[in-house]
Amino acid sequence: MTAQLRRTPLYQAHRDAGARLVEFAGWEMPVQYQGILAEHTMVRSRAGLFDVSHMGQVEVSGAEALARLQWITANDVSRLGDGRAQYNLLMLPDGGIIDDVIIYRHSAERFLVCVNASNREVDVAYMREHAGGAVIDDRSDELALLALQGPVATRALADIAGGGIEGVRPFSFVSENVLGHSCLLARTGYTGEDGWEIYCPAESATEIWRTILERGAERGVGPAGLGARDTLRLEAGLPLYGHEIDRTTSPFEARLGWVVQLDKGASIATDALRRRREEGPRRRLVGLEVASGGVPRQGYAIRKDGNAIGAVTSGTHSPTLGKGIALGYVEPQFEKVGTEMAVVIRDREVAARIVPLPFYRRSGS
Amino acid sequence: MEFPDDLKYSREHEWVLVEGKVATVGISAFAESQLGDVVFVELPGTGDSVTKDEAMGVVESVKAVSDVYSPISGTVLEVNDDLPDNTELVNDDPYGDGWMVKIEMSDPSELEDLMDAEEYQAFIAEAES
Repeated sequence: MTAQLRRTPLYQAHRDAGARLVEFAGWEMPVQYQGILAEHTMVRSRAGLFDVSHMGQVEVSGAEALARLQWITANDVSRLGDGRAQYNLLMLPDGGIIDDVIIYRHSAERFLVCVNASNREVDVAYMREHAGGAVIDDRSDELALLALQGPVATRALADIAGGGIEGVRPFSFVSENVLGHSCLLARTGYTGEDGWEIYCPAESATEIWRTILERGAERGVGPAGLGARDTLRLEAGLPLYGHEIDRTTSPFEARLGWVVQLDKGASIATDALRRRREEGPRRRLVGLEVASGGVPRQGYAIRKDGNAIGAVTSGTHSPTLGKGIALGYVEPQFEKVGTEMAVVIRDREVAARIVPLPFYRRSGS
Repeated sequence: MEFPDDLKYSREHEWVLVEGKVATVGISAFAESQLGDVVFVELPGTGDSVTKDEAMGVVESVKAVSDVYSPISGTVLEVNDDLPDNTELVNDDPYGDGWMVKIEMSDPSELEDLMDAEEYQAFIAEAES
């Protein structure tokens, strides 16, 4: 007997579009419509529309909102202006990572935190535990989240939201009326392309979804599933919670040292992070290009001269590069770009080499 | 989804075309569609002996790894050398250009364990329900 899976407001739209639905983090989500490779290419060349309503949204408000967010995160939330977004990490006292999040600042006393579906309950409980006088409001069920990503995404969104959005910079957002619904339009994403994340009322999601696809069809916009989302983020070198980062990884090991702002003032993890930075990483996240011989996948061993030196955390066949790529942890002495090693695929060593991250960078960025 | 009448099918979703003592083998339209876009194919070598119901190769899609089982025992006579560099043939033409190996059967009576197209479709429907 499997537990009842949760469904987003777009469940029926996915069924109608012929999506293949799979379980993901307790949700029944579309993994693909026409096919992962076709959807991947569509996002790189035109644009794709994703339903990521399984992700959670937590509003933090009140006079203490900023101070409480500062306390439990690694990045400096005080650097955010109104209408700006920031990648951040929810931290354990020992310097491990509870979740990676995007924080949107409406005002000094009102923030929206977008969290991973798999961590939502844990995150909300943790935020409440450390809320002090701030108000923690889990708005996940009342909000849907669509991601429109790709080189034509901005024009396709402007078709229905107005040309004013074209001036919005990356990691900025605006509150906008879309088809009569009050939405938050953020120039953020998880694909390595220009694009938008559209936070809208759950009851408006189907109308907005269908309208973007109908109006965007002539620009080449189509629906894209979580399968393509994973290959896209991996090519872009973006971490996925539960793969590259978890409660045991430090930001420094995960190449997220840029997120850690130790000078921002006291936080729950400041002492631990300072110590971990001084000690140096015990392992380092690297990008690997893998020779032909199968697809590298999470958990596969990484060897150097026959000795185990690490493991793959995410791997795939890169549709853009046409070869195997992987993110994984190796012992720090092997982290240099160009170092040759092997990934073990079905008991066989397949040649691999450390390459710079990201694997893919869009032109002009 | 097509299941040609002139083929036999295994429970592991391979198809078999019998011509005299030679069995041509591939994976069914159901199997390729369940896998999604195939991006890696590994097949046995010419001259290898294969055993009924034992793994003889691997297909990988973006999302999944799947063994290819030999539906029949015998010796590999020929391998589809186009597949490793053109893995999309498995999705585009599973019963044609996506064929995998030709096997000289050592015991054609094993064919009796395979299903015809009608039985196979019933088998899939059962598995899916």
